[in-house]
Amino acid sequence: MSGPTPIVSLRGVGKAFAAVVALDQFDFAVREREFVSLLGPSGCGKSTALRLIAGLAAPTSGAIEWRDGRKPARGALGFVFQEPTLMPWASVSGNVQLPLRLLGLDRAAAGERVATALAGVGLADFARAYPRELSGGMKMRVSIARALATAPQLLLMDEPFAALDEITRFRLANDLLRLWQALGKTVVFVTHSVFESVFLSSRIVVMTPRPGRVFAEILIDAPYPREESFRTSPEYAGFCRRVSQALAQAMAGGDA
Amino acid sequence: MSVEPPRMEEPRERSRRDTALRIALPVAVLALCVLAWDLAVRLTETPAYKVPGPGLVFATLVSDWTILSASLLVTLTTTFEALGLAVAGGVALAILFSQSRLVEYSLYPYAVILQVTPVVAIAPLLLIYLPQPAAVLACAWIVAFFPVLANTTLGLSSVDRNLVDLFALYGASRAKVLLHLRLPAALPAMLAGVRIAGGLSLIGAVVAEIAAGSAGAGSGLAYRIAESGYRLMIPRMFAALLLLSLAGIAIFFALSLLSHLVLRRWHESALSPER
Repeated sequence: MSGPTPIVSLRGVGKAFAAVVALDQFDFAVREREFVSLLGPSGCGKSTALRLIAGLAAPTSGAIEWRDGRKPARGALGFVFQEPTLMPWASVSGNVQLPLRLLGLDRAAAGERVATALAGVGLADFARAYPRELSGGMKMRVSIARALATAPQLLLMDEPFAALDEITRFRLANDLLRLWQALGKTVVFVTHSVFESVFLSSRIVVMTPRPGRVFAEILIDAPYPREESFRTSPEYAGFCRRVSQALAQAMAGGDA
Repeated sequence: MSVEPPRMEEPRERSRRDTALRIALPVAVLALCVLAWDLAVRLTETPAYKVPGPGLVFATLVSDWTILSASLLVTLTTTFEALGLAVAGGVALAILFSQSRLVEYSLYPYAVILQVTPVVAIAPLLLIYLPQPAAVLACAWIVAFFPVLANTTLGLSSVDRNLVDLFALYGASRAKVLLHLRLPAALPAMLAGVRIAGGLSLIGAVVAEIAAGSAGAGSGLAYRIAESGYRLMIPRMFAALLLLSLAGIAIFFALSLLSHLVLRRWHESALSPER
């Protein structure tokens, strides 16, 4: 696991907003092809960390170092927000096309990639639908397809399934794992759900709240592919117990 | 589908009945009012130079159609020119405001001043300095311009912040953010502004025509009303007034239809109540 150089490393990163310190001395590295989750209570700065990696905000202190010393090119990062964040005036394919158009591809060149991305999330038949015609789960699928349209190396996901019902959440999690394996991506996944993070991740970083710091790192070395049966296995329950304990300690320590 | 409260009838059926009521009720009220008006005029034997009955107004509308339709055309031309200029000017200025805070801070107060100063008071001045058609157009424009500006400004700044982040993530230029994000997001508010502006530009045109009419020139519907008043042609006054309000209604519905057609595929305001 500790082999090659990380894609990106956050070293001693701090981020303060007015009176609130969101992150302090935050050390975190993302390795190639891993599925790493940032787990913590709300307000622990996990979303802030994601935004810093995405370049949507700048750290107050510390450094963010990329593997080849350069910030990733436009389109090399995909971002999935907590809400689907679709443009209501554009069709599904128009939404998925957006990143490609912003990168300067013409409609024809973008079309093929849009079709591939939509097929990947199982929405090939909905290209012409408008967001308001879709269910919450389908909107999130469109959002994931949009993030994948540019074939990014690194996919950043900010509690993408938090607003969905459990059944939809499980199905999306299964599909996300399948996509992650098939496409060989690296995923950084922010969540406050122990169960979700254990099911998905190869590694979980447990964070303390206010200020956000790394409290523990837990490897989930159960083999992929993980199917529904993994959710009910004793192994899964064991991991969940360990991660829950770490989270409880993190919160107790963070509040002290 | 989640659990829904029990319904007495099919939603589609209910919405159709709703639509029927929304048309039938105002028509019934109109019919009653016209009937009462007719009865009152007949029973009190009010002479036509005081209050003409609805029949006489309608007859005048037909007999004076040549004059009235020409005047209607003049007023409508002014109205639509003013509306077009108001939309162009309001949207352009709103875009400028959204791109530069300095410009917004410098100019917005003057847009407000232009709006709050009663146009009736400005009209006589404009008539001194501008040729009459231009003065009438300017008055109509002044009234119609502000709602477009205010609504579009609001719309351009009411953008989903996550979408703004998404555009930033892909390195979108300001022009692309404006074209692909801010303008489409502003469209519902902008169209609401245009709908208000449509009615206001007619009002502006009428006010200016009345002001100009007393100065002796002009040929719009409002001028006809003033002129018929001086000449005690009361039925023609009523006929011209009727035409004016019909024009106002037609403008309102045309702009509502435009707004519905543009937004129907995506905006909440254009959705039918059924789901």
